[in-house]
Amino acid sequence: MLTIHDILETNQMIQKNNLDVRTITMGISLLDCCSSDGKTLCRNIYDKITRYGEHLVQTGNDIGNEFGVPIINKRVAVTPISIVAACSDLTDYVSVAQTLDKAAKEIGIDFIGGFSALVERGYTEGDRKLLASIPEALATTDLVCSSVAVGSTKAGINMDAVAEMGRIFKTLGELTKEHDALGCAKLVVFSNPVEDNPFMAGAFHGVTQGDSCVSVGVSGPGVVKRALESVKGEPFDVVAETIKKTAFKITRVGQLVAQEASRRLNVPFGIIDLSLAPTPAVGDSVAAILEEMGLESCGACGTTAALALLNDAVKKGGLMASSRVGGLSGAFIPVSEDKGMIEAVERGSLSLEKLEAMTCVCSVGLDMIAVPGDTSAATISAIIADEAAIGMINNKTTAVRVIPVPGKTVGDVVEFGGLLGHAPIIAVNTFRNDEFIARGGRIPAPMRSLTN
Amino acid sequence: MKAVITVVGVDRTGIIAAVSNIMAENQVNILTINQVILDNIFNMAMIVDLENSAVDLNGLQQLLKEKGDQLGVEIRAQNMEIFNAMHRIG
Repeated sequence: MLTIHDILETNQMIQKNNLDVRTITMGISLLDCCSSDGKTLCRNIYDKITRYGEHLVQTGNDIGNEFGVPIINKRVAVTPISIVAACSDLTDYVSVAQTLDKAAKEIGIDFIGGFSALVERGYTEGDRKLLASIPEALATTDLVCSSVAVGSTKAGINMDAVAEMGRIFKTLGELTKEHDALGCAKLVVFSNPVEDNPFMAGAFHGVTQGDSCVSVGVSGPGVVKRALESVKGEPFDVVAETIKKTAFKITRVGQLVAQEASRRLNVPFGIIDLSLAPTPAVGDSVAAILEEMGLESCGACGTTAALALLNDAVKKGGLMASSRVGGLSGAFIPVSEDKGMIEAVERGSLSLEKLEAMTCVCSVGLDMIAVPGDTSAATISAIIADEAAIGMINNKTTAVRVIPVPGKTVGDVVEFGGLLGHAPIIAVNTFRNDEFIARGGRIPAPMRSLTN
Repeated sequence: MKAVITVVGVDRTGIIAAVSNIMAENQVNILTINQVILDNIFNMAMIVDLENSAVDLNGLQQLLKEKGDQLGVEIRAQNMEIFNAMHRIG
């Protein structure tokens, strides 16, 4: 039988510690929308998204009200557009992005992901057109998110794509400079992407998926931080155990919401993503969890070990609570979206190099990091290459979402608003890498034995 | 459907009576009531059954919110499954 303390604990998590369901994401396959005629393609895409997603927002709100847990975002992820649009007569895919944007607005969702290409081993004509369309597509739409996979453990790293992505981030930053390069916040570059990620900007509905599914991303850094406050000074075994138990409880809520959404929308359940996703709100920070373990400020020596423990314990606790786990499933460390990370950068304890080290042990990568506007395309490409290499060698997903802000430099702050937060511009190593990036070609896939 | 009604706020006379009245008026069956004072704050949890009630959960939430505003306490009504999911296995 439930006790009053159980009931109060749940409501305290929700009301005081920011426990929420970050997103219900509906994956929709657009493979059956293909057409040689561009206009027909766009019409098919619009019709399918608005038909499948018609009740998504209302259903999410109903579930949130009924269970008393906020469901922050409702999103849609679609088949990578480079595949869907490949057989069309379109010369660029900006009109497809605008169609996605229009459909997303029609059904009232917060974001739509899947303006994507997977080019780990090379480009198709569709991939080429999609990449070329990214700057204008993201600059002229509001809700569309784009992702490009440039590497994987099995394929190695496509360094031509890495070079191109550096240039795309720069162009997109320029095109959206009136809004502090906000366009770049909607673009992510992956190594080892996953096909069932409900989180943006990297969500897409992989071709191995069925026609449609709903997945849920839970959140709750504030709840984990609160739980650790009760075990101050205890050994790490206790810390790990406490995080596991908390992650279990958080994930059970996610599982319940996912099951309900699946039942009410009559769409199969996809996965629960166990990621701890922070927000800029006070008390909703991953950095604050690491500091609670005994670090003066996030980024101090010991941060990587603390993050490794956190990430692992969240997975162990969450796995038992869900019938199907997938997506990115780990702790996110997006700088601008995490108040503790922002403060750590501002007080000088957290650098780009330390963030890179942290991505070796957590999901997902260098995320929402504002860099000086004069950072060269080659340097951004080199940042992407470093991060892709970490993913490739460690057999994990890594990503880069950096924002080169025109006219801004270290010490300035950029304001993105909402869940995207604000970010201090972070210093980037200024030694050059132009010749390194200019080589192009492929970094071969690594061997999987002799792994030291 | 079973729901959990929680009341959180400064203790005063008549809170349980007021909430119970709303249940009676709407044929909502009260299954259990518990209360505890934590840090000088009054906390009450009531498990109710809406099976044969005259209102749905949405309607009940509305009525309870109005009553909570009058009494100066926060009253929530939630589907009980969220608590079972978090605290009960099996």
